[in-house]
Amino acid sequence: MTGNPKATKQPTPPLLLLGARIVDPASNHDETGSVLVQDGRIAAVGPKVGRADAPSGTEIVDCAGRVLIPGLIDMRVQLREPGDEHQETIATGSLAAAAGGVTSMVCLPNTNPIIDDVSGVEYIARRARETRRAKIYCYGAITQGLEGKDLVEMGMLAEFGALGFTDALNAVADVQVMRRALSYARNFDLLVVQHPEEARLAAGGAMNNGELATRIGLPGIPACAEVMMIERDLHLVRMSGARYHVAHVSTAASVEAIRRAKQEGLRVTCDTAPPYFSLNENEIGDYRTFAKLSPPLRGESDRRAIAAAVAEGIIDCIASDHAPHDVESKRVPFVQAAAGIVGLETLLPVSLELYHKGSVSLLHLLKCLTSRPAEILGLPQGRIAKGAPADLVLLDLDRPHRIDVASFRSKSKNSPYDGRPVQGVVLRTIVDGRQVFAAEGVA
Amino acid sequence: MSAQARTPNSFFPHKHLLGIEGLSADEIERLLDLSNRYADMATDDASARSLLRGRTVMNVFFEASTRTQTSFELAAKRLGADVTNMSVSTSSIKKGETLLDTAMTLNAMRPDVMVVRHGDSGAINLLSQKVDGAVINAGDGRHEHPTQALLDALTIRRRLGRLQGLIVAICGDILHSRVARSNIHLLTKMGARVRVIAPTTLLPSAIDRMGVEVFTDMRKGLRDVDIVMMLRLQLERMQGAYVPSVREYFHFFGLDYEKLAVAKPNALIMHPGPMNRGVEIDSEVADDINRSVIREQVEMGVAVRMACLDALTRSLVGNNR
Repeated sequence: MTGNPKATKQPTPPLLLLGARIVDPASNHDETGSVLVQDGRIAAVGPKVGRADAPSGTEIVDCAGRVLIPGLIDMRVQLREPGDEHQETIATGSLAAAAGGVTSMVCLPNTNPIIDDVSGVEYIARRARETRRAKIYCYGAITQGLEGKDLVEMGMLAEFGALGFTDALNAVADVQVMRRALSYARNFDLLVVQHPEEARLAAGGAMNNGELATRIGLPGIPACAEVMMIERDLHLVRMSGARYHVAHVSTAASVEAIRRAKQEGLRVTCDTAPPYFSLNENEIGDYRTFAKLSPPLRGESDRRAIAAAVAEGIIDCIASDHAPHDVESKRVPFVQAAAGIVGLETLLPVSLELYHKGSVSLLHLLKCLTSRPAEILGLPQGRIAKGAPADLVLLDLDRPHRIDVASFRSKSKNSPYDGRPVQGVVLRTIVDGRQVFAAEGVA
Repeated sequence: MSAQARTPNSFFPHKHLLGIEGLSADEIERLLDLSNRYADMATDDASARSLLRGRTVMNVFFEASTRTQTSFELAAKRLGADVTNMSVSTSSIKKGETLLDTAMTLNAMRPDVMVVRHGDSGAINLLSQKVDGAVINAGDGRHEHPTQALLDALTIRRRLGRLQGLIVAICGDILHSRVARSNIHLLTKMGARVRVIAPTTLLPSAIDRMGVEVFTDMRKGLRDVDIVMMLRLQLERMQGAYVPSVREYFHFFGLDYEKLAVAKPNALIMHPGPMNRGVEIDSEVADDINRSVIREQVEMGVAVRMACLDALTRSLVGNNR
């Protein structure tokens, strides 16, 4: 059983996406062809598929050579529902996702109430079904109340659809608790996701430790707080054999630790978020709270290392780390400001910068956004293949535009990217064969 | 007459005084010259008394400070301004009002100048974006305390005639000190050589990138210095958190005659106050009338704050200066 929102029985007519440049990282194919969608699934794909294959009543979309990709799978978002609906809801978050080309997302359990029991998982699944836009899944908490002490009913939560377990913005600080969590998760082969930060070392910190923090008088978080937690956990992973995923990797040292763990054959994966390869700590400038993140934006050498690790494949996935905050959480002195930015609508264009600058191939970049997170999470989507769920995005890959925060569908507008020139526009987003988003001017 | 209306002010082309970092050496020099004139002026000088007549200066202290607040209050009164004092830490913040709400409320009363202190770095930069009048930073977190650096510089200049080429040691809790940061900016900009001396737990990372020499040994760091600036070490930081004990701190980093012996024979001793006698400074040294200029600093504080108020209000429409 999964939290997957199976479309309520409303027949969707077949859909033929004609003459697209189909880029499918799962099969490593990049070729011109067409895709026929029937009953929410991909019925046929390839250069030979054409109008002749479409049953009568098929809606035909002429893609005119635009890029057709699997819908993005965003493995780390906060949708603030239940509990903080003034910042975001499952409905507004889904609109933002659809506009951003995200067709599946996994939300963190740090809602109110916290998702640490079966009813929490069921609530998210039900709201997702009602919303019927992007597919919404959730992680369960590792420990009850995110308190870092007692384990949740991992096995049952997983049966009800939790895709993995994490204490969200808290690292599990107690090493014995983490040892047991990994060991217990191994029972059911569950994914454990860690926010990698040695909390005591980061305590009180507001930004990356270093010259800038000293200059503007903000308490710093040493970059090594991240790798310390990762290295601690890797010992436990080696001991337990569990599947361990490191969220939002942001330092060069963390990349090296994960590289060694992968070489050793440990079952370790990781993601990063666009700010960590597109921005550095200088973004904070004159105390800009939109540049306050957790983990904090690092120095330029770390930023470069993260971009390189994406290109090299040490970093498996790119997730938005979508963290909506209302204006009042950000319009306060920097140390008091909430950490995090909205990311669903900037995930794709900011990630595409890596491709447009020539540091990664399009196939490789899209792999980080589609098929690789699908593999890690155990989802059937994220690929353009016969029989797969028809979660697709049609893209104008090169069209330049400026990110405009005012146009965001997300309820919150906390983004450091406002006005940033980017390339790549989502034209259509399709979930289970249904169009859930069309750009202005697209029929 | 509205606080918003402004004319260009070539004397001091900034709307606010938020820190030393954004000022040029020329601007600092001009502020010090003006401060010097106020320092020499009688406290009841009639021409000064009419300068800010009809102007309102609002002291807004989110963090309590009797000394700085009184100094600003006196400075404003000696220039003839109407002064109000707001201790916000005891009122609205406790009721949950945000900094910007407070700022906007006070702004609606149309002060010409707001003098603000806040416990968070950058809070005054944020506030200054939302008010119409001029804002003077009276200390924000561990970021800046510009009038303190100016009064320190004025004190030095009046004693030694210059800043250029002097060796200044700033000693103690550099990590948490806005006084240290403002002084580093000012002194390096004016051509002095700055050293910082502290135990490594009280040194911010990459402090050397701010153009200072770093020492962890008073006997080395104080060698041949012209000026010794001591910083206050707050009690909660010296009982095992950053240093093991008061006794150990005083032994290695407290200023006494023995450590001072390696400095220039006539080296001046400064302290922004309030002092912890027997913690960062030996009582005898603090009271040495030949070397300690600590009381003079307090006196210069009023003159410097008069100069800052004068400079920032020159651009207000309705002035016929």
